[in-house]
Amino acid sequence: MSATSATAHAHVEHHELGFLRTYVFSTDHKMIGRQFLFLGLLMMILGGALALVVRWQLAWPETPVPGLGLILRETGGILEPSTYNMAFTMHATIMIFFVVMPILAGGFGNFLIPLMIGARDMAFPFLNMLSFWVAVVAGILMLAGFFVEGGHAAAGWTSYAPLAAVPEYTGVNWGQNLWCISLFILGVSSMMGSINYITTIINMRAPGMKLFRMPLVIWSLFITAVLLLLALPVLTSGVAMLLFDRWLGTSWFRPSGGGEPLLWQHLFWYFGHPEVYILILPAMGIGSEILPVFARKPIFGYHAMAFSMIAIAFLSWIVYGHHMFVSGMNPALGMAFTVTTMIIAVPSAIKTFNWLGTLWGGRIRLTVPMLNALAFVSMFVIGGLSGIFMASTPVDIYIQDTYYIVAHIHYVVFGGSIFGAFAGIYYWFPKMFGRMTSPVLGQLHFWPTFFFFNLTFFPMHILGVGGHMRRIYNPMQYEFLQPLQWWNVLITIGAIGLGIAQIPFVINFFWSLFAGRKAPVNPWNATTLEWTAPSPPPHLNWGPTLPTVYRGPYEYSAPESTDDFLPQTTPPVARAGARRH
Amino acid sequence: MTTALVEPPGVPRPVRGLHIPPPPRDGGDDDEDRGPAPQRPILDNVRLAMIFLISGEIMFFGGLISAFLVLRVSAAAWPPPLQPRLPIAVTGLNTLVLLASSGTMLAAGRALRRGDRAALVRRLLATAALGAVFLLVQGYEWTRLVSFGLTLSSGVYGATFYTLIGAHAAHVVGALVWLAAVLALAARGRFVDGAAGPLRACAMYWHFVVALWPILYVAVYLA
Ligand code: HEM
Ligand SMILES: [Cu+2]
Repeated sequence: MSATSATAHAHVEHHELGFLRTYVFSTDHKMIGRQFLFLGLLMMILGGALALVVRWQLAWPETPVPGLGLILRETGGILEPSTYNMAFTMHATIMIFFVVMPILAGGFGNFLIPLMIGARDMAFPFLNMLSFWVAVVAGILMLAGFFVEGGHAAAGWTSYAPLAAVPEYTGVNWGQNLWCISLFILGVSSMMGSINYITTIINMRAPGMKLFRMPLVIWSLFITAVLLLLALPVLTSGVAMLLFDRWLGTSWFRPSGGGEPLLWQHLFWYFGHPEVYILILPAMGIGSEILPVFARKPIFGYHAMAFSMIAIAFLSWIVYGHHMFVSGMNPALGMAFTVTTMIIAVPSAIKTFNWLGTLWGGRIRLTVPMLNALAFVSMFVIGGLSGIFMASTPVDIYIQDTYYIVAHIHYVVFGGSIFGAFAGIYYWFPKMFGRMTSPVLGQLHFWPTFFFFNLTFFPMHILGVGGHMRRIYNPMQYEFLQPLQWWNVLITIGAIGLGIAQIPFVINFFWSLFAGRKAPVNPWNATTLEWTAPSPPPHLNWGPTLPTVYRGPYEYSAPESTDDFLPQTTPPVARAGARRH
Repeated sequence: MTTALVEPPGVPRPVRGLHIPPPPRDGGDDDEDRGPAPQRPILDNVRLAMIFLISGEIMFFGGLISAFLVLRVSAAAWPPPLQPRLPIAVTGLNTLVLLASSGTMLAAGRALRRGDRAALVRRLLATAALGAVFLLVQGYEWTRLVSFGLTLSSGVYGATFYTLIGAHAAHVVGALVWLAAVLALAARGRFVDGAAGPLRACAMYWHFVVALWPILYVAVYLA
């Protein structure tokens, strides 16, 4: 034993890697996780700027957007309808594919999976590195679309055919082509990543880490990977057909050649609904880690939590028609989709009640990660509930394609996924970068974000019920919307506030990165394995011996313990004493 | 140990030279509800990963094939009038060629298990040759169809035909490149010593690409 550890140390010292292999082409899962996190945060700046451009146009139509005159010289910063279409299309595309997915699935997936199951790295470290750099290529191609003749894709993030299938309809040629190519390549990256995640979780767990001892965030990333693996290829096939229609003159979706535009919607939403769970499941997992730690209570209903995620993995495939209620589908089929959609809300509800059960009677500490996790739970509830309304066909026929949908999307994706991401960043920052973040700046980030988030997105419900359509260039062109215009102004003010509220986050992030207090090994007194490795963990995570797991991940306020928690690596106290039944 | 892909299942893997002592015998076990360590993996990493890769690929082709079937079923006449007929007989024979390549691949697996390097290389070579023949015949038939006026842009018939069959052909090309790399390694004496992960992965992929073909043949040429 001592001999092996001696050779081990010798080996570790031999492995001084150069700058390029450590920071750029690293095969270390932690570095790849950080790279995905940075990719997502960088793209978020662009996605946010596009959102503000859209909001300016809706509040003060056809007035110059401040600062945009530098880019749109000919119009002096005034948006034309085509630029407006491009802005909302690319806002959603970037936020979904290049912000939420890289941060949650890419960043946290890579960083947490090996650390929390007690592995030294992913099953295929090289493939892992490849998956990041292929994603970067996809990102560059997506950005290139802004600079080509005719502008970027402008047919909505859903790129419905035939609008997106015929260049003449939007006047966009290579923008939409690059959109297709980029998502095709992103599909390849996601395939490499998800295969790696699944294999790692199945085969590489530390001794004692049974499936039902895995932290819930690992369960959530596991299910996310399964959905990524099976759903993204369907989109990949769809964008290939769309690209061929545009570029090579095929007619999959073009009626003129005998194609069927509705086919695109089926392919897109068959991917699209699992996709929304890809966006939310990791955030649910993050919430499930953070709530027990700061309530000092075991998670309520661990098995119910895991099984409800498994149920989501199955149900995701049979609800997609709820995006197509008004596409002329058979009413009986619409009814079936209404029912399945109502059913898929049940697992989410189970999770919500379990989070509340976890908080109930806990010794709650309102740290910054906890505040964000609480915001995640409460905002997700609002988004989930609006989903139920839309799931009902008779209701949806009125509110489809209105701002009600936009409100729903943002309560689940911003309120759910982004608050979840913030919670995760604040919670694992000490482990990722070895430094604590500033709680003061954290509070200064959280409260304005929470306030402006609601100011921005809650009124959208009201606009939606008032009939305000999605994706319209100038609401003032519609007489019935003019009395509602002050809501649009209010929303835009909220959105600007939301943007400004991110400044403390950026300051906090970079200040803490270089000057934050050095993080101890286990700053939050948490039980899971990543908190047994140094902060930040070295290459290969632990010294010569891997941790051995003796218990579940949520033993807080445990009577057997002298502290109030039992890390997963704590051996049973005494054999006789441990036998309780 | 040159690659991490070839570890036998269950044995702690030496990560880049770091030797991990075996886990405690009881695997951290104490009482009934705190059961044993994860069992030895049923499948090693490579095989498991290949199964997932193939499931993803099935979803990709599932998207293409179901889109094709929707268009096919809703068309008034299929094949549409005045379009060339597909070469059913030649392609049928070609199907047998491709299926035979799966046979030689299986035989290569047997040679591997016997540790017979010469036979292994021979049979891999035969597999690659059969795959190449399949591609050449397909390519020849394509040029003939194009000369008869069936192109990507001649309506749904041409579009679906070339997209589906082309997607499969691209996969055969990919599998062939992979096989060529594996073949080169096998010729230099790799794999027979038991560290055959990359070869097994390639073989699984090959069988997948072969098995996919009859489905496409029936759907596109016969039905
Ligand atoms: C409680 C479960 C949920 C239910 C019952 C539900 C229901 C629905 C329905 C019926 C629609 C279609 C509305 C329409 O277009 O008329 C929809 C749209 C949408 N949902 Fe949900 N949803 C749920 C959860 C989520 C989650 C967790 C996310 C993402 C994290 C999400 C993201 C979206 C998005 C992005 C759209 C709009 C897609 C578009 O048309 O652009 N939903 N939802
Ligand atoms: Cu949906």
